Amino acid sequence: MTLTHFFQHLANAVYLGSLYALIAIGYTMVYGILRLINFAHGELLIVGAFIAYYGILIFHLPWWLSFIIAIALGALVGMSLERVAYRPLRERGAPRISLLVSAIGASFFLQNLGLVIIGGRHKSFYRPPFFAQTLQLGDVTVMNFLFILPIITIIILGIVFLLVYRSKTGMAMRALAKDYPTARLMGININRIIAYTFALGSALAAIGGIMYALRYPAIHPLAGVLPGLKCFIAAVVGGIGNVPGAVLGGFILGMLEIMGIAFFPHLAGYRDAIAFIVLIIILSFKPTGLLGEQVVEKV
Amino acid sequence: MAKKMRLVLILLAFLLVFSGTSFADEVPIGVYEPLTGPMAAGGQMTLEGIRLAHELYPTVLGKEVRLFVEDNKTDKAEAALTVSRLIELRNVVAIVGTYGSSLAMSGGPVAETAGIPVMGCSPTHPLVTQGNDYYFRACFIDPFQGYIMATYAYETLGARKVAILQDIAQDYSVGLAHFFRQAFVELTGDPTSVVGMSSYQTLDTDFTAQLTYLRGLDPDAIFAPGYYGDVALLVTQARELGIGVPFLGGDACEAPEFIEIGGAYVEGVAISTHYSADAPVTDESSKFVAAFIEKYGHSPSAFAALGYDAYRLILDAIERAGSTDPGAIRDALAETYRFEGATGYITMDEDGNAVKTGVILEVKDGEFVYGGSVEPR
Repeated sequence: MTLTHFFQHLANAVYLGSLYALIAIGYTMVYGILRLINFAHGELLIVGAFIAYYGILIFHLPWWLSFIIAIALGALVGMSLERVAYRPLRERGAPRISLLVSAIGASFFLQNLGLVIIGGRHKSFYRPPFFAQTLQLGDVTVMNFLFILPIITIIILGIVFLLVYRSKTGMAMRALAKDYPTARLMGININRIIAYTFALGSALAAIGGIMYALRYPAIHPLAGVLPGLKCFIAAVVGGIGNVPGAVLGGFILGMLEIMGIAFFPHLAGYRDAIAFIVLIIILSFKPTGLLGEQVVEKV
Repeated sequence: MAKKMRLVLILLAFLLVFSGTSFADEVPIGVYEPLTGPMAAGGQMTLEGIRLAHELYPTVLGKEVRLFVEDNKTDKAEAALTVSRLIELRNVVAIVGTYGSSLAMSGGPVAETAGIPVMGCSPTHPLVTQGNDYYFRACFIDPFQGYIMATYAYETLGARKVAILQDIAQDYSVGLAHFFRQAFVELTGDPTSVVGMSSYQTLDTDFTAQLTYLRGLDPDAIFAPGYYGDVALLVTQARELGIGVPFLGGDACEAPEFIEIGGAYVEGVAISTHYSADAPVTDESSKFVAAFIEKYGHSPSAFAALGYDAYRLILDAIERAGSTDPGAIRDALAETYRFEGATGYITMDEDGNAVKTGVILEVKDGEFVYGGSVEPR
């Protein structure tokens, strides 16, 4: 492998890593506050991408407007999902495992609803020419995307931090993460805060979905399954519930997938196997994830 | 009250299960195709052809033909399930399907055990019919397809060094890559003329690492024997990485999605397939194209044509057998000789494969354009 090839691989890994990081943030945020793994996150990605797709195709909206609407509607879909699939269980005091099953059910429901409404065939996602323009850096070819994506990831990271650590709602969210009953005693409307959290998480999912579709412009209702799963794992490796950890986990996973092939091209078919063996090793040394905190069980 | 409700529900369930069962004056024929999932386009195109054939030829031996269509969801386990559902629940006498060799190889043994003949429309991997007395197909097989594209690379493109990027999760792709490699090495007489090979898996969307690796080997052309969605994405990513060499594909690239997704990036990609509406081979082809355009408003793909032929081959066998007994249909299918189909004259060889002309299509100005025919060896 020449140095040029190495840098090209590195650029490829940054694309993939920042995409994973972006999606993993949404996963980890919802978990960090509600201690609920929203398995329908992968489907919310695709919901966002499809709303953007139809906004451009049917309503002839300019792409940026369509993207903004998709993010807003994505948040709304997430909130309704919470209202229908999670809140009734929570209010009846269901154990966490039931919520998890409900999340998996919601995921399958959304997939199959998509198949019925949209059909299973690939749709070609519109790419603003600006995103796909390529640049020549020496012998390394990169798309504008390479710069846009990490910037978006960092901006979103900043917004999430502001919301969670510098706003009143954020304070309520953090209180909720510690203890439901006490938070309620402090006059926090639990249902409203949880709905906000879901809206935020789903908006992040929609952004991730749109970015994913811009990079890989072939979308179908089942396209969210694999990125959803991988980013969940990225979030766990980074320490689920920890936002910088999700970013770190996403980058590590992207780097492993690309570099696995770069260094062992003959084992390219085992790409995921190589990546996940390394992740298992990481987790066996740091069971709570790289930046995850040790949870102290209260007696 | 609750008890009554339960009774009604059970009755309803029974109705649902048996509503599809056929009656004595009908000939039940099953179809299993990937109507959803990554191969949905292939299954749906094939189904268009089958439905048209059913419309034009609705009876056999004076009885109505009834079609039972099952979606195998591009899933190998589901493919086996759909075949047993068709056989056990619908009592079909013969089955048409399926796009996707891996799916066919999963459904095949189920049909063989039950003794129900299957007519494949487009699964091209040799092992679909080999060793299975009940699986036949209306298409040629991959050794020939590999030869077509190797010859195209060697003679038309003048390539002397090629690289291959295969989908390791698909028997079709791995098989075709192997046969292409064999044929190309035979043409050049140099085992190192295939400079490199790399792999991905169905549902992967990022191919940049494999492409960057292959670029380092400096091939004259890259052969990507995968399915349309993946190949469209990988060619797009290759062009974005600045890889300018020609790309070649197999019949699984033929889908409108290939061009919709790939757009300007897939211009110039050449693929091998079974048939082109631009080059009718028999009288039946012209009839088929005219009827198809009238029904669907667009030109038929090779898969629609193969679906059409597969259905008609079964009807032809039932007529020659003079019976709807699955065993008799199987024997008649095996004896198919110079049957006039939309994709050409079909004769079954000893393994149950059709021996037919291959077609090359090139992407020009956002359309598949006929680029020549290759006769069987």
